[in-house]
Amino acid sequence: MLDKKRKKEEPEINGSSLADIAFLLLIFFLVVTTIDVDAGIGLVLPPIPDETTPPPPVRDRNLLNILVDAQGRVLMDGDIAVISEVRERVKDFVDNPNDRPDLSESPDDAVVSIKTDRRTPYNVYINMLDEVMGAYAELRNQASQARFGVPYDSLEDDSVEQDEINELFPKRISIAEPDEG
Amino acid sequence: MSKFKKKQAETKQAVPTSAMPDVVFMLLIFFMVTTVLREVELQVQVEYAQAENIEKIEQKRLVSYIYIGPQRLGNNRLGETKVQIDDTLVDDMGAIRNIMYDKIMEEPRLIVSLRVDQDSEFGIITDVQQELRHAGTLRINYSTLREI
Repeated sequence: MLDKKRKKEEPEINGSSLADIAFLLLIFFLVVTTIDVDAGIGLVLPPIPDETTPPPPVRDRNLLNILVDAQGRVLMDGDIAVISEVRERVKDFVDNPNDRPDLSESPDDAVVSIKTDRRTPYNVYINMLDEVMGAYAELRNQASQARFGVPYDSLEDDSVEQDEINELFPKRISIAEPDEG
Repeated sequence: MSKFKKKQAETKQAVPTSAMPDVVFMLLIFFMVTTVLREVELQVQVEYAQAENIEKIEQKRLVSYIYIGPQRLGNNRLGETKVQIDDTLVDDMGAIRNIMYDKIMEEPRLIVSLRVDQDSEFGIITDVQQELRHAGTLRINYSTLREI
């Protein structure tokens, strides 16, 4: 009789607490995870100039000098500008819709050169760079709307359309050589 | 009538929970995969600047961080502006070149994310950028928050 009773008991591990264990681990990872999106303003630094090969000549009209000085003032081609002006001026300079002789020949030739002082406040620099990026973003968006009828953001990465727009408005942003000392 | 009622009472109302561990495990595995455990201990204070026209870095593996900001001294005091790469403060600017050169040899598509405190002066960033140019790590990204 004893034997019979034993046979009926199936050896089984109680799995009801498995969910609890998994929940505990889940909560641990939820707490530890930092879903911080890495976002920021991307830029490509110019390579160190080779002493044997001089830098390619850039015509004066194709160059827009932006200087952020120690007091946090923005100077564009020598005259003081407010941060909010930067975007429009860069757009005018790059696109040059009225073919003015003192602005860039074509968007492809336009170079924005950025120069800073050692005591330039970082957030002013970022604000200025943001405006420059904004100008390019607007130009690209306009071109994309005109050509494909969709905003630039909705173009697929590395697609033919996006490459075409990028070629039309290449971001030629150059960091000027810092002064010695 | 009474027959119908009886039948309804017999149906079980409980939601089957036997699949719950599977669901939880799925979530668990998702978070395990996305978690980046190796978070450096910051020795400098970094408050990000804000910008509108920002781009996301999709591939986190390519990113290497440089932190620039006032050093944390304890008791909420802040010291000089310092540069931190990985877990150590870099005092000698020339060392950055070697560190970054090693990194770009390992990963040629490296993106250097500069996490700079917004109240910094640009001189130190210029120095770092010069070192990056010497090392050949030319793709950089100024880490910012999205302006609202």
